[in-house]
Amino acid sequence: MSLFLLLFASVITSNIALSYFLGMCPFVTISKKIDVAAGMGIAVTMVMTLTASANWLIQNLLLVPLGLEFLQFLVFIVTIATIVQILEIVIDRYFPVMYLSFGIFLPLITVNCAILGISLFMVLRSYGFIETVLYSFGSGVGWLLAIVTMGGLRRNLVFSKPLANFGDPGITAIIAGIMALGFIGFTGVSG
Amino acid sequence: MILKALIFSNSFALIIAFLLIFMDRVINNYGPCTLTINDDKEVQARGGTTLLRNLFESKYFIPSACGGKGTCGYCKLIVSEGGGSILPTEELMLSSAEKKQGYRLTCQLKVKNDLKLHIPEEYLNIQEYEGKIVISDPVTSDIRRVGIALSTEDEIIYKPGQYVQIKIPGSGESDYRAYSMASCPVEKKQIEINVKLIPDGVGSGYIHSLSVGDELDFSGPYGDFYLREDSHRDIICVAGGVGLAPIKSILLHWQRHNLNRTLWLFYGARGTEDLYDHEIFAELNEREAELKYFPALSEPDESWTGEIGFIHSVMDKALPGDINGEAYLCGPPIMIDAVTSVLVSKGVGEERIWYDKF
Repeated sequence: MSLFLLLFASVITSNIALSYFLGMCPFVTISKKIDVAAGMGIAVTMVMTLTASANWLIQNLLLVPLGLEFLQFLVFIVTIATIVQILEIVIDRYFPVMYLSFGIFLPLITVNCAILGISLFMVLRSYGFIETVLYSFGSGVGWLLAIVTMGGLRRNLVFSKPLANFGDPGITAIIAGIMALGFIGFTGVSG
Repeated sequence: MILKALIFSNSFALIIAFLLIFMDRVINNYGPCTLTINDDKEVQARGGTTLLRNLFESKYFIPSACGGKGTCGYCKLIVSEGGGSILPTEELMLSSAEKKQGYRLTCQLKVKNDLKLHIPEEYLNIQEYEGKIVISDPVTSDIRRVGIALSTEDEIIYKPGQYVQIKIPGSGESDYRAYSMASCPVEKKQIEINVKLIPDGVGSGYIHSLSVGDELDFSGPYGDFYLREDSHRDIICVAGGVGLAPIKSILLHWQRHNLNRTLWLFYGARGTEDLYDHEIFAELNEREAELKYFPALSEPDESWTGEIGFIHSVMDKALPGDINGEAYLCGPPIMIDAVTSVLVSKGVGEERIWYDKF
């Protein structure tokens, strides 16, 4: 039951984009169209799950036994970059259709702070392996949900004329703020 | 502890590096592919590498100013077979008409199978040259006149206003930077470029570091900014700062061939010391009745007796309203925009304005 709660919390109540405001660059720039936003979201979900799992293994099987936890940042970042690179090569080769829809975003994700954030949170909260997999997958889905919703909302912006000073990123940040307020409403659900 | 950390991080990096090299060799290896160019030539290509890089390796020189990052849009070519669908990274650089004709950005398109493509005739003239620096003179505090003699038996055939790409040697793959030729196309064995030193600039820093006798490689000629010779209209040339280079080439060509057209030369710079080659034009202005020369400085010192202000306002005063002319502009974007609107107000349509922004 607690595993289910963890998954639910990572998708909804502690949404990585709207409660922690991580991964904001792509959230603002790539949320103009729903289909593109979904592609980015899927890529983030995939990378998040894979990197957090890999980083859990590295943390608990290598860094902790060797007493080298202080290398965490360095090692995590290198692992993320490597996994993204390999994923891009593999998808480009074997799944060309998928490459067109979201593979192209993979290089952008390497520097996404949400990805590193999840790996650091899982250490901070001392999650087990299964918990880490669920937590990172859930956070990815949560981010996907947030960016697709934002894509849908921004599509409707063509019907309105926000003040010139709010521009595109400005109005997106305001929308994100209102969405975050909405997500606060879920707080009581899982305590 | 430090030793342990060092050993760990080094072996970790080593493993990662091997893993990536392995993936690149095995999975990113699409084997040799054949490129069919203009339906008659076939060249071998390395699968898994971009089309642009493959064409460069086979000595086909396609214009490209951004180093293959997909931001300049110069390297587009028609790929008629085998290109697959257009990548999101190409979308911004291709108009819908170009997409219908089958244009692709060759720096983004990876070769994965046999391709059929079309390279325009003018690109096939582009060759690679080995040059030797014969002149390297500072003409202002930051601009250098560089003369490059072709080392081999080669000759370079170009139109006045076109540019070359200088190869900048680097630690990894070589970079290329574009410089307009300032010489008269009649001289086929030697070209001149004018290079302004940009702080931390890769290309200008390299060229400024070379001295007479040093060798460098370049390719060319490139560009559709060149003097149109099929008309009898007045030629209106506008140069800002180091933008003088291609304009000077046009002027030299015009003088050499006695083109029976009036040439208006507007040359703007900041201070007196930034106005290089001014004496040459002033002297030419005395001799050539058909040359109308207007130098202007925005921040002159006391010795300056000519026009003061930005070049577009000088032009606004000097050009008659009913001029039948065509214009060639080279300079910073803000100058091009200001000059273009003046020209349009004088009845010179945008289709008769060619420019090189930098």
